[in-house]
Amino acid sequence: MTIAKIWVVAEVVDGAPTTTSLELLSHARSLADGVEAVVWGDGAAAAGTLGEYGATTVHDVGDLGGALPGAPVAASIAAAVAGGAGPDAVLLPATYDGRDIAGRLSVKLDRPVLTNVVDLTETDGGLASQHAIFGGTEILTARFTAEGPGIFVVRAKSFPAEPSGGAPAAVVAAPAPDTGAANAARIVARHVEERTGPKLDEADVVVSGGRGLGEKEQYAMIEQLASLLHGAAGASRAIVDAGWVPYSHQVGQTGKTVKPTVYMACGISGATQHMVGMKNSKNIVAINKDQDAPIFQVADLGIVGDVHKVVPKLIEALQARG
Amino acid sequence: MNVVVCVKQIPDPAAPPALDPGSKNLVRDGKLILDDSDAYGVEMALQLADAAGGGEVTLVSMAPNGEVSGLRTALAMGAAKAILVSDPVLAGSDSLGTAKVLAAAITRAEPDLILAATESSDGYTGTTPVQIAEILGMPSVTFAKKVEVTGSSVKVERQTEAGYDEVECPLPAVVTVTAGVVEPRYPSFKGIMAAKSKPVENLTVADLGIDAGQVGAAGARQEITNVAPADARAAGEIVVDEGEGHLRVIEFLEQLKVL
Repeated sequence: MTIAKIWVVAEVVDGAPTTTSLELLSHARSLADGVEAVVWGDGAAAAGTLGEYGATTVHDVGDLGGALPGAPVAASIAAAVAGGAGPDAVLLPATYDGRDIAGRLSVKLDRPVLTNVVDLTETDGGLASQHAIFGGTEILTARFTAEGPGIFVVRAKSFPAEPSGGAPAAVVAAPAPDTGAANAARIVARHVEERTGPKLDEADVVVSGGRGLGEKEQYAMIEQLASLLHGAAGASRAIVDAGWVPYSHQVGQTGKTVKPTVYMACGISGATQHMVGMKNSKNIVAINKDQDAPIFQVADLGIVGDVHKVVPKLIEALQARG
Repeated sequence: MNVVVCVKQIPDPAAPPALDPGSKNLVRDGKLILDDSDAYGVEMALQLADAAGGGEVTLVSMAPNGEVSGLRTALAMGAAKAILVSDPVLAGSDSLGTAKVLAAAITRAEPDLILAATESSDGYTGTTPVQIAEILGMPSVTFAKKVEVTGSSVKVERQTEAGYDEVECPLPAVVTVTAGVVEPRYPSFKGIMAAKSKPVENLTVADLGIDAGQVGAAGARQEITNVAPADARAAGEIVVDEGEGHLRVIEFLEQLKVL
């Protein structure tokens, strides 16, 4: 099987494709001649940008009427495959909706899914996917062994997003067939959590706190330090589980993948769950009182010390600089 | 209201994980424990069944060698019974094969609601619950941070990139819960004693009417071709803080022109 056509499931927010969607389109161009996108809602409005990053056609599932994307988008893609017009591989971003679509598509096509993909290469006329395991210390390579489209769920920041200068993509209506009860969930209200400063996964500086902070109230100094560095505040899973900070701050295997210029881990031991989400940061600073903490193995600068002493002094010094 | 909770029994995360040299699958032969991530689903199920004024919480699990240690933990928390699918032919199952098995086992409990974690802590594929929903023709709401059942529908606050959505969904449905959604109770001594005599139904693939060629290594249509060490980061500088550690951080940030 050769890979002639790849479809990228592209998420569009406020008329603009998400960065991860553009990363997938950019990489898809190096794997196949035919690169097309699948969108829903008002996604067709982004046909210009999607074309600029390599999509020649945009398959528009259209308005979902408040439904979650999983069932209808999977049904639309499966219908195209059944009709013989489907792709050789489908790439999806590792997001809440991306995983939903992948799971449902897998059953509809009776094909497995490969998730947590961090690289995709061509091999023997097919695709091989790479996965970071054991906290990113090992790279596992996998591939599909049967006919039919491969379904790959790819982590954010696995590839650079590079425009190809392509013309706006042609929009083709691809409404979903009726999926009955599977499509019965409805969004009745949307809530946007207030955020000051840059987005966690786009910030140049990320300051994260972990269990070493000791108690919920201490997270305020992480936010303060992040703000002084014009960065975003992140968290380990341990303190999100403990209810100290909202899930949207979580960096790791579950949660966000970040790749900032500086990642500062304060009171984080470096569980594999966390490392997967931040190990590829350009520079890592770790502050932890346990000198054997695994986080020091990936740190460019490690301060063996008490976060309750080092961080307040850091804040004071930054404030003094004005 | 009957609630099924999908639970996974995994190798102790505190022990170093290992891959089988032949199949490159995760070694799962030793003692397995309840995945921490699943404790939240079990707690949520117990609370929802209570709030609904009755009904049973049934655990459904697939594990090698008839493993029940993790199930006993969840039974000790208060689940009524468990269904365990254990069969040598299941070794090497991919997520779709696993979903087929779990879906068939789940239908035996005739649930109104099926809960699962968003993903397991050992394999973290994160698609199995949605695959189960699709196989059963049910709606699904993933990444729930709050779950309420009223009559024949479930209202969920679902995580989004920007915040959360309120989602309403008729039952039966599959809902995945994020860690931290509720505080899992610790099993009491009485609970632990009671768990020893709670029913665990042991099933094989044949019992579920599933063709053995569809599951396990035989049914898996993906393979691991290689495992190699990742590029290691160069060793960094370690400074022991004696009151001046923060100054080195400032210097480092200046070098990077962040300051």
